[in-house]
Amino acid sequence: MEHYTMNLTLKVWRQKNKNDRGGFITYKVKDISSEMSFLEMFDVLNERLIEESEEPIAFDHDCREGICGMCSMYINGRPHGPWEGTTTCQLHMRAFKDGDTIVVEPWRANSFPVIKDLIVDRTSFDRIIQAGGFISVNTGNAVDGNSIPIEKAKADDSFAAAACIGCGACVAACKNSSAMLFVSAKVSHLALLPQGEPEKKTRVLNMIAQMDKEGFGGCTNTGACEAVCPKEISLDNIARLNQEFIGASVKTGK
Amino acid sequence: MLNSKIPAGPLENKWKNYKATCKLVNPANKRKMEIIVVGTGLAGASAAASLGELGYKVKAYCFQDSPRRAHSIAAQGGINAAKNYQNDGDSVFRLFYDTIKGGDYRSREGNVYRLAEVSASIIDQCVAQGVPFAREYGGLLSNRSFGGTQVQRTFYAAGQTGQQLLIGAYQALERQVALGNVTMYSRHEMLDLVTIDGKARGIICRNLITGELERHFGHAVLLCSGGYGNVFYLSTNAMGCNVTAAWKAHKKGAYFGNPCFTQIHPTCIPVTGDHQSKLTLMSESLRNDGRIWVPKKQGDSRKAKDIPEDERDYYLERRYPAFGNLVPRDVASRAAKERCDAGYGVGSSRQAVFLDYAAAIERYGKIEAGKQAMDHADHDTIVKMGKDVVKEKYGNLFDMYEKITGENPYEVPMRIYPAVHYTMGGLWVNYELMTNIPGLYCLGEANFSDHGANRLGASALMQGLADGYFVIPYTIGNYLADEIRTAAIPTDHPAFAETENKVKDRINSLMNIKGNRSVESFHKRLGKIMWDKCGMARNAQGLKEAVEEIRALKNEFWSDVKIPGGINELNPELDKANRVADFIELGELMCLDALDRNESCGGHFREEFQTEEGEALRQDDKYMFVSAWEYKGDNKWDLHKEELNYEVVKPSQRSYK
Amino acid sequence: MSVRALFLCPNLQISSTTMTWKHIFTSSIGKKLVMGLSGLFLITFLIIHAGVNACIWAFDHGEMFNKAAHFMGSTVVVRIIEIGLFAGFFVHIIQGYVLEVQNRSTRKIGYEVKMGNKGSKWYSRSMGLLGTLILLFLILHIYHFWTPSRLGGLWNIKPLQPVSYEGGKEIHNLYAEMIAVFSDNLLVVVIYILGCISLAFHLLHGFQSAFRTLGLHNQKFVPLVKGTGAAFAIIVSVVFALMPISIYLKWVD
Repeated sequence: MEHYTMNLTLKVWRQKNKNDRGGFITYKVKDISSEMSFLEMFDVLNERLIEESEEPIAFDHDCREGICGMCSMYINGRPHGPWEGTTTCQLHMRAFKDGDTIVVEPWRANSFPVIKDLIVDRTSFDRIIQAGGFISVNTGNAVDGNSIPIEKAKADDSFAAAACIGCGACVAACKNSSAMLFVSAKVSHLALLPQGEPEKKTRVLNMIAQMDKEGFGGCTNTGACEAVCPKEISLDNIARLNQEFIGASVKTGK
Repeated sequence: MLNSKIPAGPLENKWKNYKATCKLVNPANKRKMEIIVVGTGLAGASAAASLGELGYKVKAYCFQDSPRRAHSIAAQGGINAAKNYQNDGDSVFRLFYDTIKGGDYRSREGNVYRLAEVSASIIDQCVAQGVPFAREYGGLLSNRSFGGTQVQRTFYAAGQTGQQLLIGAYQALERQVALGNVTMYSRHEMLDLVTIDGKARGIICRNLITGELERHFGHAVLLCSGGYGNVFYLSTNAMGCNVTAAWKAHKKGAYFGNPCFTQIHPTCIPVTGDHQSKLTLMSESLRNDGRIWVPKKQGDSRKAKDIPEDERDYYLERRYPAFGNLVPRDVASRAAKERCDAGYGVGSSRQAVFLDYAAAIERYGKIEAGKQAMDHADHDTIVKMGKDVVKEKYGNLFDMYEKITGENPYEVPMRIYPAVHYTMGGLWVNYELMTNIPGLYCLGEANFSDHGANRLGASALMQGLADGYFVIPYTIGNYLADEIRTAAIPTDHPAFAETENKVKDRINSLMNIKGNRSVESFHKRLGKIMWDKCGMARNAQGLKEAVEEIRALKNEFWSDVKIPGGINELNPELDKANRVADFIELGELMCLDALDRNESCGGHFREEFQTEEGEALRQDDKYMFVSAWEYKGDNKWDLHKEELNYEVVKPSQRSYK
Repeated sequence: MSVRALFLCPNLQISSTTMTWKHIFTSSIGKKLVMGLSGLFLITFLIIHAGVNACIWAFDHGEMFNKAAHFMGSTVVVRIIEIGLFAGFFVHIIQGYVLEVQNRSTRKIGYEVKMGNKGSKWYSRSMGLLGTLILLFLILHIYHFWTPSRLGGLWNIKPLQPVSYEGGKEIHNLYAEMIAVFSDNLLVVVIYILGCISLAFHLLHGFQSAFRTLGLHNQKFVPLVKGTGAAFAIIVSVVFALMPISIYLKWVD
C-alpha cells in the first residue's frame, strides 16, 4: 500500500452548547497522511486550533478500536463515513484523496440532542435498556453454565445480535430516526436464549414502549440502518422483534 | 504495619471460612447505607449491580456517556475459569498455580486462590445473564487454550469476550437503575476523595457537561477505575483511561502497590507516525500459527517477499527452540525490541517485525488438499485452500489489520510491535479489597492484587468480575456492619467544602496558566520518557534520568500548559489536563519503584539483572515483597513492604529454551 | 439528572395484565402492523382486480369482462367485502399519512449532506409520495369507473350503457365505458401508466415490508417473499397498465 499525503477542506458542525443554534465552519487541513485514522486527523486539526487559541472541536471517542460505540460522526452523508462495517475511529484517511471536501455532522435525531459540536446525548439508549434489556437474575442465583444446552445456531444468532455497540448509527441513518435496529438487537439477543425466555413478553413490550416514549420514529424497513451498522447487525432482527411484539401483545393483557 | 488480613487456615478454606464468619448487614440497614462506585467496567458495573441487588443505595459514576463504554469492552480473547468441562485435568488448584507462576511469584497466594475458586461461578452467572458464549454443536460451552497454559479453560465469545461480559454486567446494572437501587451518573469524573475522621466518606466529581463540581456522600467508596497504561501515551487502552481517581486516593493516603509492573503485549499493530493516538492489539492467538522474523541484514528495506528464505532471521525460533514463537508475552516483547534496537526492524518506522502466515497457509492448504484426496494439487490451489482455512480461524483479526494498515495480510506478512497493554500495579488493597483508608475499596485492574508481576491471558476479565460479583458483596458488609450507626453525612460538612475548594483551586490554576503548549504535547513527551526509560527494559541510570526529566516536565506543565475554553462547560481539554497532570506524578513514582526493585520479574525487566542468556533474573531473597508507596508530599514517597509468604507454591526460575 | 431524563425515566409500566388493544395499536410496531395488514388486504384486492381486468383479453368484445364486472357488482357478499375494501383503503391512507408526519417530525434539524441512496432504495423511502400518486390516480379511476357503475342514475350521474348477452338480463357495459375513456385520450392513458408505475414501486417495497412487519425473518423464506413481491409488483402493475394501452393501441376492440 503506497502512502500519500493530502490537503483537505473540512466543513464541521460547531455548536457551543445545546441551546446554541450552531453552524458549519470550514477548515483547511494540510499534509494529512493516508496512514492516519479519521480521528487522528481531527487530533491534528484540534492541536492546530489550540495553537491558534481557538476552541478545539468536541467529539465523542474512547477506545479507538471500533468496540466501545462512543464515536459518532456523520461523514459526507453517511454515519461513520464511507466504509462498510466500520466505526468512525476505524476509518482511515486513505478513504479520501487530495483536495477532497469532507462534511462532518453530528448524529441528527430529536432523541439525540446535540450537547456540543459533534457530541450528542444518547442516554435514551440506556433508558431503553433499563425498560427491559436484561435478564433478571441476581448474582449468586445461577445454575451451572452447562445445565441448559443451547442450540449452536441459536447461540450464534444471539451472539450476532449481541454484537451491537449501541453507537446509534442506525438512528442517525434512518429517515424516521427509528431505534428499531438497536432495540431489536437486544430483544433478539435475549429472546434467542432459554435464559431470556421467562421475561420475553414484558421485555419486548416495555422496551418498545420506552422507545416510543423517547421520541424515536417507527420502522419502515428501508434497511438504511443495516447498511451503516458498524457491526453489521441484520435487519432480520427487526422482523424478529415484530414477531416477538405481536406474540407478546396477543398473549398478554386483556 | 501493612496488614493484608488474609484469613488463617489452609489455603482452600480461607475464603469459605471468611464468608462464614464475616459480619453481615441486615436488610433494613442496607437500605440506609450508601455506596459510591467509581467506574463501570467489569469490576464497577458488576459491583454496583450486585450491591444494588443486595439492597444498598448505590451511586455509580463513569466519565463516558454510558456505562457500557468502559474499556473492559475491548478485551478480545476470553475469560479463564476452572470448570474442567474438557476433562483435561483442570482444577481450582491448577488455575491458582498457573496464575501465581505466570505472575512470576509476586502475588498473594490467598487472593489468587480465591480468584480461582470463584472463577467457575462467574461463568454460571454470565450464562444466566445471557452472555452468548461460544458453544459446541451439542449446545454446551466451548473452551480454547490460551496464553500457553496446558489446559483448555478459556471461555470466549468470538473475539469479543470483553464486550459480551461487559454488556451482561451493564444490563444487570441498568436493571438496578430501573429498580431505583442504583443512581447512574454518566459523564461525571471523580476529581477527589473526601475523608472524614480518616474514613472514606465521599467524592467530589465534575459534571463533564456543565463543568459543575458536585459533592456526593457514601458510607463507602469503591474505586473501579481501571489501569494506568496511558501514562505511556501510546497503549492499547482507550483514550479516556486514566489514573486520576486512584491517584487522588493515593494522595489522600492510599498506598500505591507495585506501580512499575506493566505488561507489554507483543502483538500490536505498530506506530505509523507522530500522529498516532493509540495502538491496537492483535490477539495473542495469532502466534499459534504465524512465524515471527526480521531480515538478517541491518536496515534491509526490501519488501518481505523479495527477501529470500536464507536471509530471514526467525529469531524466536533461533533463541528459544523449545517454545519458539509461543514464548510468554514478556519474552516475545523483549526479543522484538532487541532486534529493532539492533537495527533489524522493518517497515517505514523500522520499529516492527514480521508476523508471517505464508508457511501456515501452505501447511493448512496441504492438509486440506490431503483431506480432499487432491494429491497433485498445484501450488496456487494449495495456497487458496490454505487461505480459506486461515480465514476461517482468524478472519476477523485479518480484516481488522487490513482496515488499519491497508495491507492484505493474506498476501504480505503483518507488521507487529509490542505495546503497553495492562498494568498489574495499582492501589494496595488487603484481602477484603480495602485500601489502607478505611471504607475505600479498589477493584479490578485499578488494584494491585492478583497478577503479581505479569498477568496471564484471559485473567483480567476473570479478576474484574470476581471482585465485583463475588468478593465485594461479602467483604463490604464486614465493614459496613460497624457503620450502621453513621447517618448519611450532609455534603455541607466542612470536609466536603474543603475538598471541593481544593479541586476548584486546582482547576483554576490549570486554566490560569495560559501557556503555549497543548496538554497533548505534554502527554506525548511523558509517554516518550516512560517508554524509553521505564518501558520494556529498564536500567538504573535511565530510570534516574527519567525521574529528573519527569520532574522538569512537571514544572514545565504547570507553567506552560495551554487549555482553551472555559470551566463551566464541556471542555475535553480541561478533562485531559486534569488527567495528564496526574499521569506525570504517577510516572515519577513508577520510575522510583522500578529503580527500587533491583531484580527482573515478569513485566519488570532490569537490564542489570538478567541471566547469561539474557533472561529475567529474580532476586527472591531480597524482593519477595509488594512495594506499597505512601505519598508524602511533592516528589516524596515512603516505601512500605508487604512480605509475600509462599506456603503452598515453591518459586522457581522460568525457562523457555 | 436533568428534568428531561427524569421525565423519560422508565418505570416498567407494562406488566402481563395491562397490555390493552389500545397499547398495541398506538405503539410504533402496532401502527406499522396496521399498515402491513391493511396493505396485504389491499394486495388481495389487486389480485382480483387484475384478474377481472385480464378478461378483456378474451377477445370477445368485452363479454367475459362485463360478466365478471357484473358479478363483482351484484353479489351481496362481494358488495359487503367492498365496504371492507373502502375501510382498508381508508385505514391504509390515513395511517400512512399520520405515520409519515410523525416519522418526519423525529428529526427537527436535518443533515447538510443527505444520505440519499447510500444504504436504502429510493422507493422504500418514498412510500408516502408513491402512495399519494396512487391516491390521486385512484380518485381519477373511481371517477371514471366506480362512480358510474355503482352510483349511475343517482344525483345526475350518468349511468353506464346496458348490454345483454344471449338474451339474458341487462347488465352494465363497463367495457364500452373503458373504450370510451381510453381510446382517444392519450393524457388519461399516460396518467394511468404513471399510476401503475407508482403502484409497482409501492408494491416492490410494500409487499415484502408487510411480511417483515408481521415478523418474517427466517432466511429460507425471506428471499422467497422478496422474489414473490418483486414478481407480484411487476406483473400486477403491467397487467393494469396494459389495459389502457391495449385499448388505446386498439389491440382489443
